Amino acid sequence: MINILPEFKARGNPSTLMNFLVPIIAVILTIFTGSVIFVLMGFKPTFALYTFFISPISNSYGISELLVKATPLALIAVGLAFCFKNNLYNIGAEGQLTMGAVFGGGIGIFFHDTSGFWVLPLMIVGGAIGGALWGMIPAILKVKFNTNEILTSLMLVYIALLILDYLVVGPWKDPYGYSFPKTRSFGESGRMPLLFQGLRVHFGIIIALAAVFASWFIFSKTMLGYQLKVTGFSPTASKYAGFNQNNLIYIAFIFSGAFAGIAGLGEVSGPIGLLYRDISPNYGFTAIIVAFLGRLNPIGIIFASLVIALTYLGAEDAQLFMQIPAAVGFVFQGLVLFFLLGTELLVNYKISFRSKL
Amino acid sequence: MNIDVLFGVIQIILIATTPLVFAAIGELVTEKTGVLNLGVEGMMLVGAVSAFVTLVITGSYILAFLVSILSGILMSGLFAYLVLILMSNQVATGLALTIFGIGLSSMIGKPYIGTPITGLNPYFFVILSFIIVFLVSYFFYKTKLGLIFRAVGESHDSSHALGYSVVKIRLLGILFGGSMCALAGSYMSICYAPMWQENMTAGRGWIALALVVFATWKPGRILIGAYIFGGVSILQMNLQAWGLNFPGQFFNMAPYLATMIVLIIISSNRLRIKLSAPASLTIPFFKGR
Repeated sequence: MINILPEFKARGNPSTLMNFLVPIIAVILTIFTGSVIFVLMGFKPTFALYTFFISPISNSYGISELLVKATPLALIAVGLAFCFKNNLYNIGAEGQLTMGAVFGGGIGIFFHDTSGFWVLPLMIVGGAIGGALWGMIPAILKVKFNTNEILTSLMLVYIALLILDYLVVGPWKDPYGYSFPKTRSFGESGRMPLLFQGLRVHFGIIIALAAVFASWFIFSKTMLGYQLKVTGFSPTASKYAGFNQNNLIYIAFIFSGAFAGIAGLGEVSGPIGLLYRDISPNYGFTAIIVAFLGRLNPIGIIFASLVIALTYLGAEDAQLFMQIPAAVGFVFQGLVLFFLLGTELLVNYKISFRSKL
Repeated sequence: MNIDVLFGVIQIILIATTPLVFAAIGELVTEKTGVLNLGVEGMMLVGAVSAFVTLVITGSYILAFLVSILSGILMSGLFAYLVLILMSNQVATGLALTIFGIGLSSMIGKPYIGTPITGLNPYFFVILSFIIVFLVSYFFYKTKLGLIFRAVGESHDSSHALGYSVVKIRLLGILFGGSMCALAGSYMSICYAPMWQENMTAGRGWIALALVVFATWKPGRILIGAYIFGGVSILQMNLQAWGLNFPGQFFNMAPYLATMIVLIIISSNRLRIKLSAPASLTIPFFKGR
């Protein structure tokens, strides 16, 4: 019988090597499992893996698409790191993203026939405020009423999606859009500038990189980062040290919400240019995987966002060339998180296997 | 409103609410043992697609439900292995299970979209859902094993010290939850719809999770919560049919808003939430720590 029941021996210190290796092991195991699935479906594994992982990024257009998808993922994930480091399970980034798009996009619609360099910055600020306000709700409820942030942030996702739905079929509907559930387009001043002619990669990537760098600075060089880290490791130690627990909750959710809000605004003012029902292909939920895969480390999150963005592109190509549903991307995303979580304890424990429960 | 319309509405509410009851009562049992499984939506979808595909291939309703429940056991077994044996984070693992389930069900079900089947009479399952809620309630509050289940959810260290196997009991709780979610899914694809469509559970798994909190982890209150939610969503559809010009989105928000309000009410009194929620919920159990 295969021994599947491991025995743990605590390491003295968390293994730095494992901390680095675990995400790589997870990705390798995912690719291996993915090949097995492809073989079971009757595809040649080399062809399938090539279609999924190589061909989508084999030209400049593909690389640009990869960056377009990685931008919101990295931005949201690095925001989530503020919450997750502090053991706050904000799983409502999708809602914060939606409200960012609503606030920022609303400004874009209002100024659709105005041109000026200030329109886009105003929209970005609006997006950040929208996301941060939506993120503040679970934080306030947690501080004032002791509610569980997992459930409140999740409920707020559905409420935000319904608000967006109401706006695009109701008051904000494009007056010339026939009966399509979409708003009018933003003006030229309300669009993210493109970085290269003919490619969709836009200014949002600069914002995302700036946010990632700023977060790296906060986490590793400031008192706030230190407080978040201590509170995450040991709430008791944090209390004795006199850190203001409530402020840490507010700050984590404000960063998280604002970054998700900017990501939402980036989506609507970047590739799309207007508001409609399905502005995000689950970026807010997928970013949770990115945050974990990047080990809550801003640099790790950049790499993780590229890997996960590739699952979106690979799934699209798999649909085109192999006639399998694009949902195969979700299978890969789920698998990579399973393997990551399953191997995570290698960081703190040595493992030997035994056969009895 | 005449009496026929009223009866029609009640019938629709009964049929539409039953999957919520199945999924929520399953998740309640899981949470009572101290484990939060956010994979409800994913397990429902895989349950729905496996029942549907089995029915199309074999033509047997019984086999369809059996395979569906087996799929729920496999999915929740995967979750159990990760959280109980490999001590992974329950929140993240549950999310992974949902994402994985959405993808897997869409892949399996792709060739079967639009395949016609003969739906099953739903009333057997409506009655079954009431019976299961009653049995779960009886189990928790009238049997010794039920007491042990609750004890494991409250304090795994004390239960372990008393000689109960925390891991085995949590495993049972998780597997029961998985089977109930799969049953909810198979009811949707075989009785309620009856058809297969990608993402056909449409967020019901998340509502089921909310219902467990709404019910403050009491089995009987699952029925009350589920029927309030089911009633409101059906009422909203009817109001539109009767020509009332109120945006439906605001009605659809009602279950989520109601859950938040209930959460605030039950959580604001720290003592009350401590008495209601299983004290070890989401805390992993390390033997010999």
